[in-house]
Amino acid sequence: MHAINIRLIQVALLVVILGGWQLGVSTGVIDRFFFPAPFDIVKQVVTWIADAGFYKHVGITLSETVLGYLIGTGLGVAAGVWLGLSPFVARVLDPFIKAVNAIPRVVLAPIFVLWLGLGLWSKVALAVTLVFFVTFFNAMQGVKEVNPVVLSNARILGAKRAHLLRHVYFPAAASWILSSLRTSVGFAVVGAIIGEYLGASAGLGYLIARSEGNFDAVGVFAGIIILAIFVLVIDLILDFVEKKLITWRPNAGEERPA
Amino acid sequence: MSSTIRKLKPVVEVQAKSMVAIDDVTMAFGTFVAVQDVNLKVGDGEFLSIVGPTGCGKSTILNAIAGLLKPAKGAVSIDGAAVNGVQNNIGYLFQQDALLPWKTAYQNVELGLMFRGMPEAERRVKVLAWLEKVGLKGFEARFPHQLSGGQRKRVQMAQALITEPKVILMDEPFSALDIHTRHLMQNELLRLWQEDRRAVVMITHDLEEAIALGDRVVVLAAGPKSRVIESFPVDLERPRNVAEIKLDPKFITLYRDIWASLRGEVEKSYARH
Repeated sequence: MHAINIRLIQVALLVVILGGWQLGVSTGVIDRFFFPAPFDIVKQVVTWIADAGFYKHVGITLSETVLGYLIGTGLGVAAGVWLGLSPFVARVLDPFIKAVNAIPRVVLAPIFVLWLGLGLWSKVALAVTLVFFVTFFNAMQGVKEVNPVVLSNARILGAKRAHLLRHVYFPAAASWILSSLRTSVGFAVVGAIIGEYLGASAGLGYLIARSEGNFDAVGVFAGIIILAIFVLVIDLILDFVEKKLITWRPNAGEERPA
Repeated sequence: MSSTIRKLKPVVEVQAKSMVAIDDVTMAFGTFVAVQDVNLKVGDGEFLSIVGPTGCGKSTILNAIAGLLKPAKGAVSIDGAAVNGVQNNIGYLFQQDALLPWKTAYQNVELGLMFRGMPEAERRVKVLAWLEKVGLKGFEARFPHQLSGGQRKRVQMAQALITEPKVILMDEPFSALDIHTRHLMQNELLRLWQEDRRAVVMITHDLEEAIALGDRVVVLAAGPKSRVIESFPVDLERPRNVAEIKLDPKFITLYRDIWASLRGEVEKSYARH
């Protein structure tokens, strides 16, 4: 009953906002050049979704996101585990890592375009720089916070360095990375979109940039909605993946892995 | 059997060869000296209990035997070989949970054999046999968080004993369990140990546990600079039932004698902390 009430209020709120917006546009109170009618936006979204060529753009953004995430995570885990295990190297590199991490990633986009061209890889590179630091810090933390008792136990049971890496350190780091999965995938999306927005010939970010270039506000808003749907779908997939991967933990986030 | 327990010679020490030898060991962290000039010998198949007030450096002695810590002075040897670095011929039962949370009961018990490079098929037979021995048949696929505290201890026992260690080290292994589970686990441990007697060094602050399980009880002084102050042989018959043995008159006499020695140290320890 309570849940139904909340749903009803939510729907009512949506109707009021969109209806008011639509009404404002139709009566001329709101300038349709800056705030196009919701109806027009929905029509544009539907046209795109019905168009087969549109999925090429989705596919490109998706591959940039996935590649950026995988490469960024791979490098982040490797570097994080390495530095987590060698405090000396970590201390030497600390100021450099801080300096690099302090650079706003967006300013790197032109450099990546210069180096890698307008194609896929300049966007992947941007996504990688964003994802890398999230997983890097998480992996390092994961390795540092391995329970010393668990570690001693494994060593007494006869674990050599390679065993420890495979059975203790990487799983410990992996559980932290999984808990930051959402943040880092979000960063991968941001990297891909911004890269496209700043210079590309395809992708969702490119669609928005192109509409903007034509002073087509309907296209910009439609692009934003498509992006929101894109991220929501990815979120749903992540929910599923998380449940599959962390079977050994009571509830994600409830208990810190040892 | 002699009725004057305290005068009894430490029989085991004389008969069996010593499996663990701690010679003149001092453990220190910087300027803090945890234990000083400790000499201990543990015979093959002997169950040695070490009691002492909290913070007297009991655990550092175990860690020295395990090779996890290096003595500041003196030497430790196991079966005649000097301890240098982490030892693999021992089993260590920790107070805390030492299981890998991302591995199932089966995979946890398997670890020691896997690290030793035993083939899969051979491992499987042994792991299943040990899980059955500790009463966990049917729980192979459970993760540690899906097991109760007592069940996790059973997994830890199987994990530590499956490699057939020469020495078993125990650091207040059952202190985190409730009293009934503790009695159950203590009996279980005695049963397993009786089947295949190994040298055991158990650390505890629970004097009842020390007497009920041990062949000999050693009392440590209050820390810092803790040392061995007295050694009491326990001539209670085996097999023992941990819950019932506490009513045995011999047990009560022993308890009184050892407590007389321990009490002063506990009081000193309270005064300092």
